[in-house]
Amino acid sequence: MCLKTENINLDINNNSILEDVTITLNRGEMVGLIGPNGAGKTSLLKCILGLLEVKSGSISVDNKNIDDLILKERAKKMAYFAQGAPIYWPLTVENIVGLGRVPHLNQWQKISEDDEKIIESAMEKTNCISLKGRLVTSLSGGERARVLLARALATRAPYIMADEPIASLDPAHQLQVMEILKKLSKNNNGVMVVMHDLSLALRYCDRLILLDSGKLIGQDTPDIILSDDKLASVFGIRASRWTDSGEDFLITHQVNEET
Amino acid sequence: MSKNVSCNIILLTALILAALLSLTIGPVDLTIMDVMNGVFGPSNDPVSIIVSELRLPRVLLGILIGSALGVSGAALQGVLRNPLADPGVIGVSASAALGAVIAIHLGVHLVWPLFIPIFAMGGALLATLILLAVSVRESSVLMLILVGIGISSLAMAGVSLVMNLAESPMSVRDMIMWMLGSLENRTTTDLFLALPFILLGWIMMINVGQGLNALSVGEDTARSMGINLSMLKFRVVIGSAISIGAAVSVCGSIGFVGLVVPHMVRRIVTKEPGDILIPSALMGGLLLTLADMLTRLPTPGATLQLGVVTSLIGAPTFLYIIYKTRKGMR
Repeated sequence: MCLKTENINLDINNNSILEDVTITLNRGEMVGLIGPNGAGKTSLLKCILGLLEVKSGSISVDNKNIDDLILKERAKKMAYFAQGAPIYWPLTVENIVGLGRVPHLNQWQKISEDDEKIIESAMEKTNCISLKGRLVTSLSGGERARVLLARALATRAPYIMADEPIASLDPAHQLQVMEILKKLSKNNNGVMVVMHDLSLALRYCDRLILLDSGKLIGQDTPDIILSDDKLASVFGIRASRWTDSGEDFLITHQVNEET
Repeated sequence: MSKNVSCNIILLTALILAALLSLTIGPVDLTIMDVMNGVFGPSNDPVSIIVSELRLPRVLLGILIGSALGVSGAALQGVLRNPLADPGVIGVSASAALGAVIAIHLGVHLVWPLFIPIFAMGGALLATLILLAVSVRESSVLMLILVGIGISSLAMAGVSLVMNLAESPMSVRDMIMWMLGSLENRTTTDLFLALPFILLGWIMMINVGQGLNALSVGEDTARSMGINLSMLKFRVVIGSAISIGAAVSVCGSIGFVGLVVPHMVRRIVTKEPGDILIPSALMGGLLLTLADMLTRLPTPGATLQLGVVTSLIGAPTFLYIIYKTRKGMR
């Protein structure tokens, strides 16, 4: 059971954004999608979700081509968590998390008692229960991120696609979100995370996918992907590394012209 | 029973009561009993004829048009995720007005009064076809609205041109009065002219609620939840265009109902964009029925036009609501 892209190419306004990208995401693993700005990370995520149309290549989820799935079936397989997504109306937290059930309901159906339980449990997993009746417009950035994550969890989709889930969050909230995502992957979900923090990528991800200028540079365990030569060639940086309490850390530096 | 359902029942009851009350008002004072007899047991006595042939079509038309404006306003605000959107933004009202002033300029309404709504529908149809052509090619809602604003400006320029070219002050006055909106002297024919289009618009918009709710978290997330955004946009924009076009065609421009009704509903019923559609229809019908009653109050000088009354009620209500809900906005 996995999510797979095979040789996908994406053009936007005749500019090549992705070239022959072939990746997999297995259930039960957390995969970080990294690369410099403009590498095509978010585009790749959106292609997988079917939000952008690929020029060629195929995307399949649990052995079914996504083009053969009707929109709501696809939505039951993959949930999208964009931390920076806008929220337009002063709705309650419960309303927003409840939207996670949309893929499971037809246009007339209202939220049932079973749906309520799922919504409740999604709010529990993300520590949102106490925010339930609050208006989303009154939330802090960290609270807002948890609410949007709860919305994604309420879909009960086996694959979670998170686009920069920790950007603009304070360190404590960053860790909180990463812990929740990690726990999801341990519960047999496939979690794909677009991120820029390489140290957190190293600590939390089972595998990393490295993109540069729309091309796949590699997909492997973090220690292989975050090697000195890859950091230098793709990001133009070097790293200091150490281990503390059995966990690996990495801090980045600009490459000095002399070294 | 959920809060939404009970609110809808209260609104519906208020609407029916307002409609009955409205039927009693006019040059001949009638009692509620007279009205009941006229509505449910039409016979040949003068009171029955007044009720069933003069007052009932006007009241029903008011409800129909008010609800069309209310639903379209709510659906457009939802799809654009903008509380300032109003049915006017898609350019259909202005195009209908252009059609109507052309009919008045040519004087064809003197031959057959129904030429005004027919010309207005022609204008609205033209604008709807342009929107349709754009919506097939453009996926962005913003583009569609910019086109709508462009159509609106162009049509208003056309209206100014026609007024400028008008030779008699009487026809300019007719044009202005038409544009101020009115339900006066409307008959069953007007009702049946607008009804099929307004119903078609409603049918197109009948199941957009879930999509509008999902759009609260943005287009990408809504699509990731399996919402077909192009279809949603098509249904709302073209559905509103058809029903607003028909509404404006038979009774002129009626301002502020489409803008203010969704805000009233958000304040008293629910804020969920998909759940405000039905209450907005009921509230729109209620508001227009009440406004139409006010136009029939004795006033010194000319009769008040409906569009003037709705704007006079609508604008202060709008200001009050945004003042009250300012905390919920960013």
